[in-house]
Formats: sequence, C-alpha cells, structure tokens
Amino acid sequence: MEKKVLIKMDHISKSFENNKILNDITLHVRKNEFLTLLGPSGCGKTTMLRILAGFEQAEQGSVFFADTDISLWPPYKRKINTVFQKYALFPHMNVFENIAFGLKIQKVHQKEITNRVMDMLALVNLSGFEHRSIDSLSGGQQQRIAIARALINEPEVLLLDEPLGALDLKLRREMQSELKKIQMRLGITFIYVTHDQEEALTMSDTIVVMNNGTIQQIGRPEDIYNEPKNAFVADFIGDSNILPGRMIADYRSFFAGHEFPCVDSGFSINEMVDIVVRPEDIQVVSTAQGMFTAVVQTVTFKGVYYEMAATMDDGYSWLIHSTKMAMPQTEIGLCIGPDEIHVMKQVQS
Amino acid sequence: MGKKWLTYPYHIWMALFTVIPLALIVFFAFTSPTGEFTLTAMQRVVDPIYLGVFWHSIYLAGLSTILCFLIGYPMAMILVGTKLKYRSMLVLMIVIPMWMNFLLRTYAWMTLLERKGLINIILTSLHLPVVNILYTDYAVVLGMVYNFLPFMILPIYSVLMKMDKNLIEAAEDLGASRWQAFIKITFPLSLPGVYAGILMVFMPAVTTFVISRLLGGGQYTLIGNLIEEQFLAVGDWNFGSALSVFMLVLILLSLGFMSRYEKENEGGMFF
Amino acid sequence: MNLIKKLYAGSIYLFLYAPIVVLIVFSFNDSKSRGSWDGFTLRWYAELFHNSEILNALYYTISIAVLASLLATIIGTVAALAIYYHMKPFQKNIVMNLTYLPVLNPDIVTGISLMLLFIFVKFELGFFSLLLAHIVFNVPYVVLAVLPKLKQFNHSLYEAALDLGATPRVAFRKIVFPEIMPGIITGLLFAFTLSIDDFVISFFTTGSGVNNLSILIYSMARRGIHPTINALSTLLFGAVLLLLLIVNKRITKTEMN
Repeated sequence: MEKKVLIKMDHISKSFENNKILNDITLHVRKNEFLTLLGPSGCGKTTMLRILAGFEQAEQGSVFFADTDISLWPPYKRKINTVFQKYALFPHMNVFENIAFGLKIQKVHQKEITNRVMDMLALVNLSGFEHRSIDSLSGGQQQRIAIARALINEPEVLLLDEPLGALDLKLRREMQSELKKIQMRLGITFIYVTHDQEEALTMSDTIVVMNNGTIQQIGRPEDIYNEPKNAFVADFIGDSNILPGRMIADYRSFFAGHEFPCVDSGFSINEMVDIVVRPEDIQVVSTAQGMFTAVVQTVTFKGVYYEMAATMDDGYSWLIHSTKMAMPQTEIGLCIGPDEIHVMKQVQS
Repeated sequence: MGKKWLTYPYHIWMALFTVIPLALIVFFAFTSPTGEFTLTAMQRVVDPIYLGVFWHSIYLAGLSTILCFLIGYPMAMILVGTKLKYRSMLVLMIVIPMWMNFLLRTYAWMTLLERKGLINIILTSLHLPVVNILYTDYAVVLGMVYNFLPFMILPIYSVLMKMDKNLIEAAEDLGASRWQAFIKITFPLSLPGVYAGILMVFMPAVTTFVISRLLGGGQYTLIGNLIEEQFLAVGDWNFGSALSVFMLVLILLSLGFMSRYEKENEGGMFF
Repeated sequence: MNLIKKLYAGSIYLFLYAPIVVLIVFSFNDSKSRGSWDGFTLRWYAELFHNSEILNALYYTISIAVLASLLATIIGTVAALAIYYHMKPFQKNIVMNLTYLPVLNPDIVTGISLMLLFIFVKFELGFFSLLLAHIVFNVPYVVLAVLPKLKQFNHSLYEAALDLGATPRVAFRKIVFPEIMPGIITGLLFAFTLSIDDFVISFFTTGSGVNNLSILIYSMARRGIHPTINALSTLLFGAVLLLLLIVNKRITKTEMN
C-alpha cells in the first residue's frame, strides 16, 4: 500500500558564494519512511537536511510539509527535529535538563515533563542517567541523549545528520539496529544522512544517492545495489569494475578488447557507454574456458572469499571476488554472464 | 629530562620580584615608621572617611563595569555575526585605539568635554542644551568606560566565536525562539567571557588614579589617588601600604568568588 | 548586517576613535591652547625635533621597551620551558599562581611594591630600576604566551628527532624551538606594547631626570599638553598603523598562496 507523502522538496536550489551546493532537487518523503541521503562529503546532503530543519533557506524551490508550504518557517515552528552530527548537547545542563529542554520551552507541566523524560530515558536504555553531566557520558551515551532530546517533542519527522559517525564500528552496528527499532516502534519518519553505504543499505526503506548537488538515484536498497543507474552509483555502492565501452548493436557490447553478449538494448550504434561489472559476478575458470584471460597480480583473503586483482595484456585490470584462489602471476580465464553486465549511459563529471 | 636546576633561576626571580616586594608592602602596613609592629595604619584604613573613598571607588568602577558589559556584549555579538571577510578587520579596529598613549587619549576627552569643547560646540549648533560633565564623576565613568571597553568586548567575542553554533540551532530546532535560545543557551555559555571581561574592566578601574586625576578634578579622590598621595606626596609609606593591603584583600575576595568560573581558560583570554 | 547593527557598531567606533581624531587634528592646530582652532600648521612637527625634553622621553620610552621586551622574552621563554619540562604538578601549580600574580595585581600595587624593594635594597631609582621594573611585569606575559604553545607541541616530534639520531640539543633547536616560535613572538610583541604604553609602574619606579613619554604627558596634563606631544603621538600612531597594514597585507598574501 502506498503511504501518503509527508514532505515534498520541490525544485530546490542553493549555493554558497557562487558554489552550487544543491541543483534543482525534487524529493518526496512518505510517512513512516526511513529515508537515507547517501553520498560523498560535499554532495549537498547535509545542506538538504538543514533546509528541511529550517536552518538554511533555499534560493529557489519550496518545501512542503503535509501540503503546507513551510519554506519560510523558522526552525522552532516546524514539527521536525534534528539529531546533530556532534550531538550539540548543551554542556551547561545535565542529562535531564537537556532532554526536558523542548518541553520546558512549551511550558509543559513539571510533572508531565518528568514522566516523559523518564520514558525517553527508558526508550534509549539510559534510565538512571538523568542527573549525570554531559561530559561524564561516553560518545554512544551522548548519542542516545541527543536522540531522546529530539524525540521528546514528538516530531513527525526526525532528521539525523551522520549521527553515528563518531562511534566505533561495534557501537555503530548496535546503534544502527537500535535506531531502526525506535523508528519502527514510534512510527515516525526518519531522514538519515550518511556517507557510509553499508549503513544506508542496512537501515533504509529508501536510499537517495547524491553527488555534486544532484540526485543520482532513488530506490530501495536492493534496487540501488543491483540496478545502479549510472557509473557513479555503481562505484559508490559496493565495489565495481567500471570500464569504458560501446554498444555494437542491441544486446552486444564491446569493452576490454572483447565482445560480450548482454541484455541491454535501445542504444544507438557504437554509442560510448560505461560498463559496470560487480567483482562477485566474475567467474574464475580455466584459461581455455574463459571468455578472456588475465594475469593475477595480488590475492587477499577476505574471510568468505578471495579478493584478486588481475590485469589483461592490453592493460585493463579487474577486481574479482571469488571463492576460488589463484596464485599471483598465474594466468586465469574469466567469464561474465550477460545478466551481470550493466550498461550505462556515460555521465559527464 | 632531569635537569632540575633549570627551574631555580625562575624560582629566584619570582621570589625577588614578586614575593619579596609584596611582603614589603605587608610589612609596612603592619609597622610604624620606626619599624615596630603596630596596627595603627590598618586602623586608620577603616576610618569612615577612607571607607567612603573605597566605597566611592568601588561604586564608580562597578558602574563603569556594568556599562561596559551593557555596551560591549551587543557589540561582541555584532562582531561574531559579521562576514568572515570583514570580521578580523573590525576586531582589529577595536584594538587599534589602544596603540595610542592611554594618557593622551584620556587627555583628549578633556578637549572634547570642556565647557567650550567640541561636544558642546556640536550640541549648541544643533540647538541642544550643553553638557558640563568635565571634572565630575560622570566624566570619570566615561573615561573608565572609554579606556576599558575593549577589555570587555574582546573576551566575550572570543568565547562567542568558539561556541558551537549547532547548540543554538539545536535549541531553535527544539522549539526555542531566537530570544529563548539566547537566554537559555548563548548567554549562559558566554559567562566565562563575561567574567573575564568584568575582571579586566573592574580591576584597572577600581585602582586607577590617572583617569580620576585628569577627568575628575581634585575633589573626587579615588583609592588609587589616595595611595599615590601617601607614597609620593605625603610620604606615609605605612598608611599607603595599609591601604594597598586592604584593597588587595578586597580584590582577592572578589577574585576567589570568580575563580571557579575561570578554571578552564588558563589565561587564554590574552592570546 | 542590518541598519540597527551598523548604527550601533558605528557609534562604538565613533566613541573609540573620537579622542584620537581630536588629537591628530590638534597636532595641526596653529594655537597652543586646546580650546581653539587657529588654522593649519606643521610647526609642531618641526618643533618636535628641537624639543630635547620630548626627544629624551622618546629615547627612554623606546630604549626601555626594546631592552625590557627582549630580556623579558629570554627570561620568560626559559622559565616556560623550565615550568613545562622540569616541574612536578604541585610545584607547577604554585609557580603558575605566582606567575599570574603580577598580571592580576593592580599596576599601582606592582609599582609601589617594586619601588619599596628598590629603596629597601638601596638600588638607585633611575634608568636601571625602570628597566628592571619593566622586565618584571613583562615576564609573566611571555610565560603565558609560550606555555600554551608548549602544551600544543606534539612531544612525539621531539622523540622522533631523537630516534632519528639528533642529540637533545639539536632536537630542541630544530624541532621544539621553531614550533613554539609563534608564542615567543606573541609574547615579545605583547611585552613591547605593554612596556611602551606603561605609565603607572614607571611612575613609581623611575628616578629624577628619567622620564618616559607617559610620565612626561602626565606631568604636562594639568598645565596643558604641548601640541608637539600631539604631533609625536600622531607620528607614532601612524607608524603603528602602517606596520599593521603591512603585516596584514603579508598575512593575506601568504594565506592566498
């Protein structure tokens, strides 16, 4: 069932000192969705979040919240709350006062404040921490307080700006699942900014891949991974072999000095394209069976598979993930199935 | 590095030029001109006449400090809010006046404030009533505010600059209006700068004898003038020392009160 | 910046600069009294170079400031190194508090305490007592400028130098010293400006015949300051501004590269 659209960003553009940070962004966010803005640093994802929160104003375009234009609303009027990258907890207040801040501003009754703060502390598993000072908390605990502080206002949308960036790997994994749990339990919309593709793939309902201020692809994690729309997305999500190539005809591609059958059609004859092949989609076979051959340069054991780098005579090199292992300097045969060849229109970058 | 002897020269330096000179003041404060122990000088200090002088000094310095705060805080905020391009220039412009001799600048105020001075010429040409504040407490307060205002603006500015801007955004995000965010977040977090500013304005103001001598006229004696007179005119070192000791005790008490807010910035306000 | 902020900032700058403008204007005033404007003249500037009283004071001001700031910088830097590298925490605590003392002490107390010391040990008040007093109040500022640089200094760099075969002396000269240099320069400049502008401490610790500009101005203030002083201050102020402009230009240039 399609849920209703809660936030609409409509042709948003923004620049800083002649630098275009966001270029004509249009994005719909549905109710209860866990949406992730994914991209390298400087791609504009944080600016998008700041425009949603009301800290920045777009130069062009509007932001709609439940069909109301909120483009010019100040942050404190929006039913949107933010979890900041470095938490931005108030250092002169203790845990309780930090979480209670929003309710105190609304002049909620003291007794209700206490109850709701305690509920929030329970939600983030920090009951009993109410009188602690902020600098006595670990990074992970500060993170949870920041989330509790933002959630206590019962926002309809929670914005999270790389909230786990400062945590170590193990803690990050724990917090990922905890955040997901909280989101499902409270049933609110999360808009999550990260540059970590694994984090995006694990947590999101929808991923928005961004680069240079434009949206590259919007889709479910599976779609983004399996059907990247262009070379940038393919390269950014997971490991990829990206090669220049051309389409000889429908279903026939040419790259790395060889012709390969593929499943793509609709390109003009000899159109230059980007060819993307995932390293795990390349099969290692004997030299006789291979569609082409390459010489292994390095082999790294990665646990479940071996990662190999192999070079062809004419200089093309391949990254291969395989359960088979070949010694360096040996020649191996490689096969790529028609399904595994992703043909993409070239992007100018 | 085990060269402990390297610390001795500085120990000796401080003993000679910090500890012993102060000890001498204390010594003179508790002795008679012939060198015997006595409390006479200290008793004279608490005479109502002299307590009145103390009170007058504290009152004028306190008033100047409050004015510096009220004028300086908004200025510091304006400086923080200006574009990066102009900011360092504007901050520098706060410091530049201090490069002209402090006595001369104070003297220039005499020219401005005189009965037929520049300010009154302008006022008259605008058909406004003239002001005659030279040689009054008002002129002294004006001189204090003028001379020490940069010492209030700069530490507040530097604390505000260092403050994480996300904190204010977080407050606004949680529903605080600009004013509420200022009252609940910005201002409390800028207090270390305010305390540093108060210290750096109040201390020189309460002990000055130059500003009061130039702008205040003879009848408005401050504690600084009293001490100066004892040493250079009257020649009563014992009473002068006793006054100094009493003043130091008052200052130390107020310092102790403020020191708990000063723990974090170890003199960082200067550099 | 909106209009109200601009007006506010503008009036603050007006307040800060009004007396300075008055001084500069009056250095070109063809009248000895500060009350009236009798036309433009450069004669105070010409007279400046024949007024031995003022030239003497200028000479003392500058020579004391140069000597005191240089000596204070050497003493202060060595002291900062000793404090940082050779003191136990509790010792450091006491020494730091004592270092702060002259900074926090009112000038008048520092002045009379040093005067008492000099008289007590029968050290003649004059050029050398003035110089010594200036060094005394300059040293803490140098210490407080150098110490933070030492704290920021990454000690591994020093160890790396030792590891690569440098003797402690060479490692200090080539690694530590360049790193704390900005702090030393800051301290030196700070000491110099404090010294050149000091009145109160100088007033108590100098002897007859040895006046710096501040003392001269103070003694003149009641009977009226001679316009040549205005001329001299205008020249000094202009020189400082010029210096600042050059330094600023160079900084922006290096930043751009």
